Parts: sequence; C-alpha cells; structure tokens
Amino acid sequence: MSAPFYVMGLFDDEASLAVAFLIGIAFGFFLERAGFGSARKLVAQFYLTDLAVFKVMFTAILTAMVGTTLLSWAGVLDLSLVHLVPTYWVAQVVGGLLLGVGFVVGGYCPGTSVVSMASGRIDGLVFVLGFAAGTLGFALAFPLLTGLYTAGDLGEKTLPETLGLPHGVLVLGVVLVALGGFKAATWVERRMAGPR
Amino acid sequence: MALDDPRGDTAPRPYMNPYLAGIGLGLVLLTAFVVMGRGLGASGAFSSTIAWLVSLVAPGYAHSNEFLARYLPEDAHPLKAWLVFEVAGVFAGAILSALLARRVARTVEKGPGVSVRTRLALAFAGGILMAFGAALARGCTSGQALSGGSLLNLGSWIFMLCVFGGAYAVAFFVRRQWL
Repeated sequence: MSAPFYVMGLFDDEASLAVAFLIGIAFGFFLERAGFGSARKLVAQFYLTDLAVFKVMFTAILTAMVGTTLLSWAGVLDLSLVHLVPTYWVAQVVGGLLLGVGFVVGGYCPGTSVVSMASGRIDGLVFVLGFAAGTLGFALAFPLLTGLYTAGDLGEKTLPETLGLPHGVLVLGVVLVALGGFKAATWVERRMAGPR
Repeated sequence: MALDDPRGDTAPRPYMNPYLAGIGLGLVLLTAFVVMGRGLGASGAFSSTIAWLVSLVAPGYAHSNEFLARYLPEDAHPLKAWLVFEVAGVFAGAILSALLARRVARTVEKGPGVSVRTRLALAFAGGILMAFGAALARGCTSGQALSGGSLLNLGSWIFMLCVFGGAYAVAFFVRRQWL
C-alpha cells in the first residue's frame, strides 16, 4: 500500500494546499464543461427535460468507485485510510430534503454556484451570498439544532457493512443500476422532447 | 485559446458529452482519494470563511460556538484549509473552461415567466435553505453525494436519495421560475 499519499506522509500540509488548488481547477473545469454553471441546465433534471445532472453525477460516481475498488484490490490504495463522513441518518435525511428543496428553489448547489458565479451569472453570485448567510444563520442557531445535528448516529458505516454484502458485490450492483438508469434517462429525455 | 476566431464566430460552444464530463469528474475525484485520502467538497469552504469572519468580529463568541470552533484551528489561519484552496481552484477552473468555450456572460439564469428580482430573491432563499441542509448533512452534493457516494458511504446514499426526493417534491411549485 502506498496511497493515499498525503496520509502516508509523502508531503506536508503546505503542499497539500497546492494540491487542493490544482484538484479544484480540474473539478471546476469539468463542472463548467458539463454545463453545470447554468441553473436552467441543472434544474432541467427536476423537470425531466435534460437529465445531464444524473448522467454526469453517476458516471463520476462509477468512475471513482470502480477506480478506488480496483486500486484497493491491487494493493495500491488503503481504503480504510480514506476519510469517510460518519452517518447520522436522521440529520442526513432532513439535510438532504432541505438541500433538494434549496436546489430547485435556488437553482444551484454550493459547488455549482461557484462555477456559475465564475462564468458571470448574477443569480449564481446571489446564491453564493445566500449560502454564506445561511451558514452564518446555522452557526448562530447551532445550540438549538445540536439535537437534530446528532440524531441517528450510526458512526462510520458503509453500505456493504450495513447490508452484510462484499464490497465488490455492491460495486457491481451500483454499476448495473446506473447503466440501467442511463438508458432510462435517455428514453425519458426523448419522450419529454417530443410534442406535448 | 481560440478567443479570436477569424470567422468572427463568438457563439457559446456546446457542452461536453455528459458521460465524458462524468468520467473527467470521476478521475479528478479518484485523484483526490489517491493523493489526499479525501474526496472533493464545497460547503466546508463556506463554513471556514464564515468562521473566520465571525472570529474577526467576535473572537470570543466564535471560539465558544461549537459549530464555528471546528473551523478555527489553534495553530493555523482558518482560511489555510484544504477546501478553501480547493474551491478557489474550482473558481479558477470554471473561468478557464467558460472562457475557452465562450460561455462567460453577465446574465441571470431564469425562465421567461419570472422577473429578475423574483429570480434573485429565490436564488438567495435557496442558498439559505441549502446552507442549513448541507450543514445538517455534513456535506453537500460534492462532499456527500459525489465523494461519499463513490465510497459507498451509508449516510451519503441516504442523503442523495433525499436530495432528489426533496427537489422532485417541490419542483412543481416553483416551475414558473424555470419553465
């Protein structure tokens, strides 16, 4: 095992910030390429007229998921050293619903709002300001929200652990479901593009 | 950079094929896992920035607030955080891509049936809602759905299903903003 390089101590914190900037450039580049700086392109997902959000997101998930799995099997990447956000399922259900509502009301998610602002969209800039204001609001209200924030604590938990299935089986399952989803998405797009 | 096309063609270029863009994003994410041992993110950069700003105005309060204190390390500047630098990169990368594709435009993205003022008010409101959602969920579409999703993290998949559920549930009620 030689990766993750940073966790293995191959470079220090200062260098990690340069890495962050470079990785961010590539991230922002592909988000913009995909059309994710445009609110109308993004929310079309929720009116079923353009399912690029689903296609891009799940192609990215498949690529990274299969990549990490193969690198782990090859003994290159120690997956146990990759940071996993702990599961607080109640907080994540409520947070996910709020985020979904915010997405279709505001037109962006945090990352894509930065892309949108960078390409000149005024609504993207206003969304960024709203997100900053909301973050401040959440921090001020945090003493009241601690109960909800920590509700449904299950610790660091993966789907394979939860379902008692091998990692590879879940990877294969997600790949198959996503490939089916891509076909279905294209079918839906064709239908929605037809005469109404 | 083909900004000066001799034919005077300045129309925005079409977007990349979604599967190619997805593979590109996936390889960037894979690189982050292999090099850093962590995924991509966005909302955390906002938390660091807000924590820093509050600490300038009211340092005592900022350190006593449990949420903000997490973004205020003892030994380093709050903005010297991985996600702050990553999001600065996102901004730069997006400008680069948009310039190359002639997609930089000072406009407001909205449907024809809604005023600019209403659209901007909804953008601000959506941002506030999303900030609460991302803070509660401990991540947003980048940190949770994309990064956690590809690690088969239980909470990330729960989160992702709820994001789509929440958005589809209210899409009908805000359709005038977009359609």
